[in-house]
Parts: sequence; C-alpha cells; structure tokens
Amino acid sequence: MLCCICKEKEATVHLTQIAGDKMQKVDLCEECAKTKGVNDPTGFSLADLLLGLGASQEIEQSGGGVELKCARCSFTQADFKKAGRLGCPECYRTFSEALDGLLKTMHKGTRHVGKVPDSFRQSQDLNDRLKLLQKKLGKAVEAEDFEEAAILRDEIKQTEARLSDTPTP
Amino acid sequence: MNIHDFLIPPAESARRKGPYDRIVMSSRVRLARNVKEAAFPGWAKKPERVRVLDLIRPAVESLPEMKDAFSESMDSLTTLDKQILVERHLISREHAAKSAGSGLVLNREETLCVMINEEDHLRMQALRPGLQLRQAWNAVDQADSALERKLEYAFSPELGYLTACPTNIGTGIRVSAMLHLPGLVLAEQINPIIQSVNKLGLAVRGLYGEGTEALGNVFQVSNQMTLGEAEGAIVERLEKVLAQIIEHEENARGTILEKKPKMVYNHIGRAYGILANAHSISSKETMNLLSLMRLGVDVGLFPGVDRALVDELFILTQPAHLQKQHSEKLSAEERDLLRADMVRERLKQVSRPIAKPSPPLAGGLDKPEK
Repeated sequence: MLCCICKEKEATVHLTQIAGDKMQKVDLCEECAKTKGVNDPTGFSLADLLLGLGASQEIEQSGGGVELKCARCSFTQADFKKAGRLGCPECYRTFSEALDGLLKTMHKGTRHVGKVPDSFRQSQDLNDRLKLLQKKLGKAVEAEDFEEAAILRDEIKQTEARLSDTPTP
Repeated sequence: MNIHDFLIPPAESARRKGPYDRIVMSSRVRLARNVKEAAFPGWAKKPERVRVLDLIRPAVESLPEMKDAFSESMDSLTTLDKQILVERHLISREHAAKSAGSGLVLNREETLCVMINEEDHLRMQALRPGLQLRQAWNAVDQADSALERKLEYAFSPELGYLTACPTNIGTGIRVSAMLHLPGLVLAEQINPIIQSVNKLGLAVRGLYGEGTEALGNVFQVSNQMTLGEAEGAIVERLEKVLAQIIEHEENARGTILEKKPKMVYNHIGRAYGILANAHSISSKETMNLLSLMRLGVDVGLFPGVDRALVDELFILTQPAHLQKQHSEKLSAEERDLLRADMVRERLKQVSRPIAKPSPPLAGGLDKPEK
C-alpha cells in the first residue's frame, strides 16, 4: 500500500478515526507521518490531517472527470487538492457541489448562524418587506381594492429605491 | 516606530492579571474576514496582495482602538522582529513567514492585533490575560462591526463569512485559551482530558498553535467548527469546557500533592536545581522546567516569589528574545550558555523550594463557579 500523501513510498503508519458513524482511514509513509506530526504522541494534528485529506478526496470524487475552474480566479480542483485552501470567495460558488459534503463532515451545520454584516441585514430586511408588500398588492388587486393597491405600489417603489441604495450581497 | 520599543517590556507583560490566571494564561478570540472581489492571499499574485493591503491597512488604522498603534508592512520587519512577535503570541508562524503584501496593526495595549494577508485578508484577534473569552469576543466584535462599514466583506447568507480554508467558513471565529496544566500532566491524566475535549469538537494544541508541541505543559484549547453555530454559543461552550478543565487541573494538583507529595517536590526541586545552576540550557528544557517552577510557586513551595518572575523568564528565555538582548549574532550553543547565565542570575533572588508548603495551599484553589 502506498502512502496517500506522497503516493511514492510504502505506507507504514495506518490511522483509523471513527467519528459518529463515519470511519476515515489514512495510510502514510514514515516520512509524511513525521512531517504531518502524526508520531507526536499527543496526536494534536490528527484531526487537521484527516480533515485536510478528506477534503481533497471529496473534491476528487465529485469532479467526475471534468475539471472545474473558477471563472473569477482560475483556481482549479487540482489546486485545491494541493493547497487545501480555495482561491477566492467566488470559488465557493464554483465548487459548491463538491464542497457541500466536505462542509458537512467539518462543521456542525451547513448554514451560517451568527453575525451578519449590517449591510446584508438591511438588504435582507428590505427584501423581506418587498416580498410582503408584493403579496399584499396581489391580494388587493384580486379583491379589486385599487385604492389600497395604489398605496402599496408606492410603498414598493420606495422600498425598491432604498434597496438599490444599500450595498447588495 | 521600532517594534522593540513599542512592545510592552516582558517584566510588565508578565505582571498582567486576569481571572483564573493561575491556570489560564491568556484568552483570545480571532475572526477571519476577506474582502469581496479579491483572491485569497495564498492564491493572489503580489500586486493584488499589495492592493488589498493598501485597502485594508488604512481602514484598520482608522479604528478608535488603533490610536497610537504599531502598523507596519511585513517586509519592513526583520526576521528577528517577526520571531519576537511570534514568541509574544501576537502573530502566527505563518504570518512571520510573510513579506511584501502582508501587514500588521497592533494596538498600544497589545489587546487587539490585526494580521493583514495572512491566510485570509484579515485576521483580527482580541487578547486578554486570564480567562476573559467574553470580553475578548466583545472587543473583536466591535472592531469587526466598525470595519464592515469601511470594507466590503465577502459574505454569503448561506455560508457566512467566506474564508480561504473551508474549515473557517461561517462565523470565521476561533475562540481559544492558553492553559498551564502541569498537574494533569504529572498526574498522567492529560491524555484522557485531551481526548474528551476532542470529542466535544474542540481542538487541543501546543504552545504555538497548529502542529506544535505542548512545551512547558502549556496547551491551547479552541473551537474547531465555525459553520452552523453562532459566536455567542461557541464562546459559551468554550467557557463551560474550560471551567471543567480548570477544575480538573486544580483537583489533579490537590490529589498529587496529597498522594504523592515526594514526587511533586522532587520534580519541582530538580527543576529549581537545574535552572539555578545550569551553565548551558536549551529553550525547550527551560520552558519545561519553568513550568514546574510555576507550579511550585502556585502550590506555595517558593514563599514570597511572584508568579510574574517565572512568567517573565518564560518570555525572556525564548530564542528571539535572547538574541535581542545581544548585539552580535548568536549560535544556538551560545544562546544556551547565555540563557543559562540569565536564568542563574535571576534565580539568585529565589531561595530553594521549602520541603513542605505552608498550609493550606497558597492562594487557595482557583475554581470557577459553576
């Protein structure tokens, strides 16, 4: 069995980690094990190591032969495999399919919870308000309440104007 | 201004106090942020990195917290300057390796430190002595909120703050504390503790973060997951786990002192013996022995000695700090000689450990309220 990092030398260090119902195996040669700090008896970097390896495998599997490339920064899957980091913020969209599974194994959830920049919160609020107004407008038109519809239309216009003033996501 | 003149002198730095600082040496909360429309530092070419640095640095400098700050591009710092900053835990080793296109802004009190173009465009960290995670989070949150008005962050409503490494995505937060755990190490309970902390999804690392060994019985505990859990919840989780580790450490100290006092006195006495008499000593051995002396101070074996004396030596005996005190370039061997000279000199004012601590344990137990 060859080392799964350098893919050159015989693997002599075999690690298995069971997290939840998922089993991950890593086979390393002595040299790679040393550079990754695996024979450090405290084993601190094990989790990082497994995460890193898992990352490249995951991306590889979902590639399906065609190599994805980020339109914004020309970063490719092969680059990710090498670096373990992405090229630019846009890469998250480019590689979203491949990253989905990876993020699931790494994190508690797959959706952001927590702080949101103010500008986003404002535009999110305005978007929500816009949707609500449009719904109301639909109902007013349906009920042939044109007076109400006119008021709503004005409000929608105002909201849209404010939305175009705030920085958008 | 020169970084050496800017940094708080080690003697003063070692005297900073915080809650539970017998065990918790420091608290840190860092946020990873990136600006839109730019490649991450590891992928960006130099002109783009310089452009991002020129965009971010003035914004950071303009924060009210950064009045009288030290602000410098990494290429104008020497290798020694950078190493000193690493030894003070102000920048990462990764950042120390950076040059043109990366920068550092550090406030006067050394409580807020922003690395520009490390792994991400922005790595801002709030630092506090002792256990003060919440205070650190509030401070860095405030700085971040001020910065988001000046910079356009890369943010997605689904994935949160977008970071170079997917392991930091979401909140981009790392909440960590540096713990001195000699009791758990001597009682041989440290490994089960590390394992159970790992099971809770928290990482335990050595003195200088990722991939480093636990020199001087100092461990860093931090969150690993950043997506799907709010910052406040992460801080709270860390607080709970740290309270337990502190309690375990205090219990371990109590137990070994009760069950195997000779073993403890032997370790501490030998540590003192070597430090007070050696003529050549490596930085690694120094840290491990200073850790035992620190324990000795905590449990009352060195009456009248302040922990700050040990903590100052922790800083001063590290390679770059030692080099800084001498004008000529030192080899590792020469450093070992000079380090031993300095430690011997400093320990002249410290009498050898007493055979039995004055009852009860000096300072009492440092247990957090539950």
